[in-house]
Amino acid sequence: MPEPFRVILFIIFVMAFAGLNAAYLVWCERKGAGHIQRRIGPKEVGPFGLLQPIADGIKLMTKQLFLPKGADPLLFMAAPLMVMVPAIMSFMVIPFSETFVAREVNIGLLMIFAFASVNVLGLLLGGWGSGNKYAVIAAARCVSQNIAYEIPMLVTTITMVMVTNTMNLNEIVRAQAGWFFHWHIFRLDISLLMPVAFLIFFVCSLAETNRAPFDMAEAESELIAGAYTEYPGMGFGVFFMGEYANIVIGCALSVILFLGGWQSPIPFHPVGFLGVIWGLFWFLTKLYALIFTVIWIRWTYPRTQFYELLNLSWKVLIPISLFNLILTALQIKIFPWL
Amino acid sequence: MSGYFKELISGTKSLFIGLGITGKYFFEPVVTMQYPMEHVEMTPRFRGHIELIPDEETGEPKCVVCGMCQKGCPSKCISLEGEKREGVKGKVLTKYILNFTTCSLCGQCVESCKFGAIRFSKDYNLAGPRKEDFIFDLIKRLKEKS
Ligand code: SF4
Ligand code: SF4
Repeated sequence: MPEPFRVILFIIFVMAFAGLNAAYLVWCERKGAGHIQRRIGPKEVGPFGLLQPIADGIKLMTKQLFLPKGADPLLFMAAPLMVMVPAIMSFMVIPFSETFVAREVNIGLLMIFAFASVNVLGLLLGGWGSGNKYAVIAAARCVSQNIAYEIPMLVTTITMVMVTNTMNLNEIVRAQAGWFFHWHIFRLDISLLMPVAFLIFFVCSLAETNRAPFDMAEAESELIAGAYTEYPGMGFGVFFMGEYANIVIGCALSVILFLGGWQSPIPFHPVGFLGVIWGLFWFLTKLYALIFTVIWIRWTYPRTQFYELLNLSWKVLIPISLFNLILTALQIKIFPWL
Repeated sequence: MSGYFKELISGTKSLFIGLGITGKYFFEPVVTMQYPMEHVEMTPRFRGHIELIPDEETGEPKCVVCGMCQKGCPSKCISLEGEKREGVKGKVLTKYILNFTTCSLCGQCVESCKFGAIRFSKDYNLAGPRKEDFIFDLIKRLKEKS
């Protein structure tokens, strides 16, 4: 396929993927919440409430967009985009299947983290630009939380880069070929703490994407709607889509780094088109299983207190991830027979 | 230091136990009722507004218009009328109005009726925007029901 077509096709695909995910993850979230609390969840709009996201979307779009008094118009309008756009950009380097990737960038991992840090900037500016005290408190919380959780996340990522010797996401997946016990999470021969590293990465990605139980940016029972307090209609909608896109990115990264990406659990990989579908199938299965876990976690735990949240990071996650880094280095370089 | 690890392990364990509980709930049947589409059967002792009991054979109210319920009501919310009719023993009930806005569901009327002609109904869908919606014509309600 000629290059320009490929690029355009991928842009359309990525936008559609992000949009559909945002719409239907909300549905999954509400259904999941319902069943965990032993209710049904949305059921009126369409069969099983499947058209609910469309109804919600129309509702959000028809709402009036207005600027609160004292808000900074530029920051206020730019903030939702700063959450949404980087998330969509990150999809460009995610390998959905061996050959199904928009761009195989050799620093893909770095690129995703670079974009991910813009996300928190969006929340900060949104909170600040609203000129609302709750939004500002939420923005401040959000920043200190993101700083606290970026460290263990990056340390764990460095460990993984050390293991795989590359930042190309597709290469990282290729390194996990074969049986499922070749996936990094099960590679105790590389680091005894691999499952713990996965847990740390997963918890950090929850915190980075401001998901419950770390949803300090929203904290509706304390801060109305946190950084989103003043946002009407689609301004809020775009924030929301960005948040869900970020969850997908976070889970995709966990799948790629630890759960073998598009590799199937058995050493079998058909060639050609079938191989693409096969890889896609396994990648999406793992991805959605992880996303379901994220939803499941949200409806299980209450929101942590803010200082508990920072304690968890500085007292638990950072020391353990640093220890894991050293342990992995020792196991790779000094005791490779372990 | 050992306390740190102990707390870490027990904390992690408790988190997984929590996930187990909600995970189990996820697959259990729902317990809520889809209210406007489904209704609960009210319990036998539920007190709704009072209603007239029909005679099993004729379907007409069993009330003999003795007026005891009206006298017994502390809130004066019952007003009734009856008339003599040709060929019918006793009086026939022509009007039985319950002002439900002041009824306290005390049950005095049901207690004082010696003929077993009134009882508490099981109606609970009674919301209405106007006060007049709660002035019930019990004869009419009885006819609507049968
Ligand atoms: S329940 Fe009590 S208040 Fe209500 S109508 Fe009967 S006697 Fe009156
Ligand atoms: S006490 Fe019973 S019989 Fe007498 S008027 Fe009231 S309802 Fe009718």
